[in-house]
Amino acid sequence: MSVETLFALTACALVGIGLYGLIAQPHPLRKLVAFNIMGSGVFVLFGALAKRGAAAGLAADPVPQALLITAIVVAFAATAVTVALLLRLIESTDSASLAEPPAKD
Amino acid sequence: MRLLLDVFSVVAIVAGAVFYLAGTVGLLRFPDAYTRLHALTKADNLGLVLVVIGLLPQVNGVLAGLKLVLVWLLVMLSSAAVSQLIARSARRQETRP
Amino acid sequence: MTTIASGVVVLLLLWLALWTVVARDAFLAVAGFVVYGLLLALVWVRLAGIDVALTEAAIGGGLTGALLLGAVGRLRGTEAATAAEGAGAGTRALAALLALGVTGALVLGVLMLPEPAPTLAPLAVPALPATGVGNPITGVLLAFRALDTLLEAIVLVIALIGVWSFAPDRAWGGRPGPLYRADPQGILAYLARVLPPLGIVIGIYLFWAGADHPGGKFQSATILAAMWMLVQMAGLADTPRTDNRALRFGIVIGPLVFIAVGVLGLFTAGAFLGYPEGWAKPLILVIEVALLPTLAIVLALLMNGPPARPWASAGAPGAGPLPGRHAIASRDRPTRSSDEGGT
Repeated sequence: MSVETLFALTACALVGIGLYGLIAQPHPLRKLVAFNIMGSGVFVLFGALAKRGAAAGLAADPVPQALLITAIVVAFAATAVTVALLLRLIESTDSASLAEPPAKD
Repeated sequence: MRLLLDVFSVVAIVAGAVFYLAGTVGLLRFPDAYTRLHALTKADNLGLVLVVIGLLPQVNGVLAGLKLVLVWLLVMLSSAAVSQLIARSARRQETRP
Repeated sequence: MTTIASGVVVLLLLWLALWTVVARDAFLAVAGFVVYGLLLALVWVRLAGIDVALTEAAIGGGLTGALLLGAVGRLRGTEAATAAEGAGAGTRALAALLALGVTGALVLGVLMLPEPAPTLAPLAVPALPATGVGNPITGVLLAFRALDTLLEAIVLVIALIGVWSFAPDRAWGGRPGPLYRADPQGILAYLARVLPPLGIVIGIYLFWAGADHPGGKFQSATILAAMWMLVQMAGLADTPRTDNRALRFGIVIGPLVFIAVGVLGLFTAGAFLGYPEGWAKPLILVIEVALLPTLAIVLALLMNGPPARPWASAGAPGAGPLPGRHAIASRDRPTRSSDEGGT
């Protein structure tokens, strides 16, 4: 098994682990961490595909790798917005609960 | 000559890895923050020195070797500062009523 | 031998990911995530993506980890409350089944990948000398797929606006984050005086070396942003006022110059973001030099969060550098200059 296939299979497992954490964890911050793990699994999968495309004297296909750099930066930006949203939620409701508030009569 | 340098590199890097392992065992087994810090910073710094010295024969060019030494100095600086901060914070936490 | 090393890294990665997802509390999960991010950088080196490894270590492990650690510190007590509404055993079992299903589908996809692998490298390599850069990743980012980089810079600015929009009305235009105070003779202040000059030199070097070697403006901007954060956290400088004109100019200068070069390409090379013959390297340099401050400022401000401290500490309420502030409803304006004493 080549190193690309090994890492690609690992990436599939990472996506699964992240997905489980996203659903099973109640706290939004833990969901966010699991979501980041899922995202990094997708990135590794893409990177393994890039390594498979080694040709023309390069060790890996540069186009997917450049897109991965973009993806990592955008993932950080999305995480920053989510963290700001979560902190505002905690500030205004004093809890990080995502449940519906009881109806005020 | 090449073989000698390679053997030296392997020995140094493995020794560095052993020190890292010792530091991590200390981190996991020692009872409180201060002793853990002690194990971590002392052992890890020595491990890093050994790894850097082991990598020096493998680089091509003086500039790359100087960059490795710079990495070592920066890690020493930041780990020293951070371990002081952690120790101070641990001290403050235990004297808090 | 290298397969054994890769196997060990893979096992560590999977174990760490599992541990992060099922760890006891949020702080442990975030600590595990930081280690995971750094281990991932090793995976990238193994996959021959040095640029990606640098970006992952800097942004994925460093910045995201610091952001999440800051968030963990501010969620005192919320964990116990949300643990009560945790998923029951049935939901967990279903989630595990779903995760297994998704993993299985992806594994099937991986095992059925076409051989030989389709690749764009044979197209990129011959076209690289015309761009004047030696690093193929930089060439792709700024010449072949420059539109992606432009949109990414704009996405970062939009994300910053999104983060700022979470400010309470009275703090709009103010300073984000708390006022960090540290002992001016202490170790943190010392570190914040010694490290930033070195960090700035290393950052600029990474930026410059990105043309021909692994590196580039994203990694460089991360280091510069980190140096600025260090200076703020040591209390040597306060967080910037978000209505500062120079700051806002620095935020938009990158995308603006990028778009200007693109429109220039419409007239000189026949396509948006086309480079005329022989002008590729200078134009790329102009774009990179304009993008560097934008990226560094935006990354640092994203870490800081939304404005939290109103800017008005003296002077008439509503007086400010920007017009239109008088249109704010009076109950939202800071009404007392002694509102927040030590700002």
